[in-house]
Amino acid sequence: MMDPSHSQHTVTLTVNGQRRTESLPPNLLLSEYLRDYLRLTGTHIGCDTSQCGACTVLVNGDPIKSCTVLAVQLPGAAIDTVEGLGRPGALHPVQEAFRADHALQCGFCTPGVLMTAVALLNRDPHPTEAAIRRGLDGVICRCTGYENIVTAIAHAGARMAAPQEVSQHVD
Amino acid sequence: MSTDGGAAHAAPLMGQSVPRREDARLLTGHGHYTADVNRPGQLYAVMLRSPHAHARLRAVRTDAARQVPGVAAIYTGAQLAGRIAPIPTAWIPPGSELALTDHPALADTTVRYVGDGVAMVVAESLAAARQARALIDVDYEPLGAVTSVAEAMDPDAPRVHEGVAGNVALHWRAGSDPAAVERALQDAEVRVRETIRQQRLIPNPMEPRAAVAEFDAADEALTLWVTSQNPHIHRLLVAGVLGLAEHRVRIIAQDVGGGFGSKIACYPDEVLVAFAARDLGRPVKWVEDRREHFTATTHGRDHVDEVVLAGRRDGTLTALAVRTQANLGAYLSTAAPGVPTILFGLIANGPYDIPVAATEVYGVYTHTTPVDAYRGAGRPEATFLIERLVDRFAHEIGMDPVEVRRKNLVRADRFPYTNAFGITYDSGRYEEALDRALEHLDVGAFRREQADAARQGRLVGLGVSTYVEMCGLGPSEVAGAVGFQGGLWEHALVRVLPTGKVMVMTGISPHGQGEETTFAQVVADRLGCAMQDIEVLHGDTQLVSMGWGTYGSRSTAVGGGALSVALDRVVDKARKIAAHVLEADVADVALEAGRFAVRGVPDRAVSFADVAQKAHLAWSLPEGVEPGLEAEASYNPSNFTYPFGTHLAVVEVDPDTGETTLQRYLAVDDCGPRINPMIVDGQVRGGIVQGIGQALWEGAAYDAQGQLLTGSLMDYALPKARWLPPIETDFTETPAPHNPLGVKGVGETGTIAATPTIVNAVMDALGSLGIHHLDMPLTPERVWRAIQDARAAAPLGAAGAGEGGGMRS
Repeated sequence: MMDPSHSQHTVTLTVNGQRRTESLPPNLLLSEYLRDYLRLTGTHIGCDTSQCGACTVLVNGDPIKSCTVLAVQLPGAAIDTVEGLGRPGALHPVQEAFRADHALQCGFCTPGVLMTAVALLNRDPHPTEAAIRRGLDGVICRCTGYENIVTAIAHAGARMAAPQEVSQHVD
Repeated sequence: MSTDGGAAHAAPLMGQSVPRREDARLLTGHGHYTADVNRPGQLYAVMLRSPHAHARLRAVRTDAARQVPGVAAIYTGAQLAGRIAPIPTAWIPPGSELALTDHPALADTTVRYVGDGVAMVVAESLAAARQARALIDVDYEPLGAVTSVAEAMDPDAPRVHEGVAGNVALHWRAGSDPAAVERALQDAEVRVRETIRQQRLIPNPMEPRAAVAEFDAADEALTLWVTSQNPHIHRLLVAGVLGLAEHRVRIIAQDVGGGFGSKIACYPDEVLVAFAARDLGRPVKWVEDRREHFTATTHGRDHVDEVVLAGRRDGTLTALAVRTQANLGAYLSTAAPGVPTILFGLIANGPYDIPVAATEVYGVYTHTTPVDAYRGAGRPEATFLIERLVDRFAHEIGMDPVEVRRKNLVRADRFPYTNAFGITYDSGRYEEALDRALEHLDVGAFRREQADAARQGRLVGLGVSTYVEMCGLGPSEVAGAVGFQGGLWEHALVRVLPTGKVMVMTGISPHGQGEETTFAQVVADRLGCAMQDIEVLHGDTQLVSMGWGTYGSRSTAVGGGALSVALDRVVDKARKIAAHVLEADVADVALEAGRFAVRGVPDRAVSFADVAQKAHLAWSLPEGVEPGLEAEASYNPSNFTYPFGTHLAVVEVDPDTGETTLQRYLAVDDCGPRINPMIVDGQVRGGIVQGIGQALWEGAAYDAQGQLLTGSLMDYALPKARWLPPIETDFTETPAPHNPLGVKGVGETGTIAATPTIVNAVMDALGSLGIHHLDMPLTPERVWRAIQDARAAAPLGAAGAGEGGGMRS
């Protein structure tokens, strides 16, 4: 949270396609910036040791745990959160596959898992089951047992025939 | 089925895998979790927690901390004494000699576990609150601590609470007459005996607990957003603890990120935040961090059980005796006393017809985090014992464990079946589930492969568990008889609006289980309206009249029962109005596919939506019929529900590393008719992985001083995707005859069945080494050490090869 004793740093970054110039305290985590400043509360905080991955967002296309990086470390970066992925009625193919394959229950880890999955499929549109399971190493889901997540990611990969379309959504 | 049911439909939605309507918001970052709630002018609370397992508080000095800019208040236990009532225990099993003790919201004179609350700081920012917390100077006088039941029950052990001798919180017995049990054990041809430790687990829903409180001084009204599985229970308890009028307390738990039992209890933190909001006249927000979750949210399991199972050489089981020491932690959490007694001890015989059986339980205070319900709550512990012992018995008499099970399963023609503890299983076709599982896995072929593998020095094993559990909690009369301080009925209100749209208010509080979808399916079928015209609302005590919440796999069984009865009432009333409109006899009018039609004259019909409109206009209603179209129902089930099934697992243990690899996992479950098979399947899969977690990876560890060694996600191993094989699922469907929808509940079955299935598989793999029981979790180190010990003890060349899995048949 904001601490007035710190000097503010000016940083310009792009969040979900929108360019912002902000004056931010240097100790502000990216996760705090997203949740507390922008009220993008889809990015969730599930732990304090960077294990759970619920806060995973894309930074320049890479999946990053937003609790591990300071907002002021990211000048010029493009940050994509779950809110920018798709919206009800116009879901991203990965979101669509999660819905069709029941890859979420309580939904708390879901934003981080979705962003991890998008990054994984951007790198490898047709991952093997083993590659998907390895790719989920950075996230913990306590509800689903992962199998439906693995299935959904495989299905999303198969459906995302045109990778260009994906990068339009997330870059 | 892949649509949300866009229009009135002819085909029933019951039994269709309709995608969840919850998902639209949860997939797009628009869920409403408690930590997402922000109120204008809110303050932030943090808790200072004890670093000692047991210490006297000599002084808590807050002067320096109060100087931190932005600090609004600091509360200590001494300041709050008398201003907040003790945190209540809401389950008092009769005959359990329950030693109730005070649980202050903040410790006043003594801290009793690492994580016990010492002070709360409330400040303008989280940073200021944390900074001030670091400046609180506590003078602790460390005292001796006990963490295990064995230590705690020693007469000379330090006492957790003054006046509780031997730290015994409760002593409870159930089942057959002890003399009869002793006689049956003595007379038996075969007895197997085992001491089993069921380790402590830490629930770890991915959403930490949180609370946001706002107090309206003019109205004396509290609104508390809280991570709760049971908002109405929270209303009752929070009002009681703070001395507020129940009707002026509003509890909101909209989206909750998993609970697994850990969000049933009323916690000190939630009450403290509400207290501060009232005291300071400003909203106060508190969010648990994960480190706090490990020490300050209730844990699960933690038993030491001595079990004796007796029977004949032909495989018939004749007697069972279970003696349990359950670690309850430092305080009796909300439901804690009922978990190792009622929910455990009454179903110790599992699905087997064992004529003589008894359970004796000691619940013990220790200087550890309080233990309460964790997914399955008591039933996993009971199932683990009987399933392990049946395997030991099978080994002892040289019969395949599958055949011993088959021989003793309660036969389908014996339902309703009353067990030796006096509870009546509603319905079951246990052998059919077993047969179905064996269709998928040929045990004979496996035994041959196992023998081949053994000849190559490889350790492979097959585990089986045929389980039954008791859920759908439950008949309120039984709740009363077993000391649960509440009802266990459920409430539903179905409100049809003038346009024919439907609102359902349910007293259950789903947090991942999907009832917003499944309940809408039930409504759509019954009223013939489109899914999109139905809204299922829950999780707000201002919106929902009453309810007892989501736990004990009760939501669809009991909440769905209430919904079903309420729908009947809506249809009854609508039919009267329709008959009036159609100028027909009520008995001649029937609702089909969203239209009331006169029997035999399909053209004389009026749509359900038109009837709704006429009900609201009330221009012309039949005599005695009130305007409007809504009905509520309070459904009090006549029995628990008893889901069952057979799970199988194939594992390979690496003799050089002790690592277990899961090769196959196969589940056949029967939870009655499935409203939404996709959701049921998801519950089973997720449950199984939690059960596997206990068998192989998870376990809380305390050191001798009561420090939690597994206090973060770096130290406590939650299951990861890459450790798991695909899981095969299948289902049989045996309705619960007493339930309006026939449904039984499925939230806990996977967890209950999976733990013994996996351990049985690993023990089957190790049986040829003479290893017959190891305590969980079966980590590579524990298994490797056991293999080393077995090899050292065995004559040269005798271990590690030969007959597979210790099966002699």
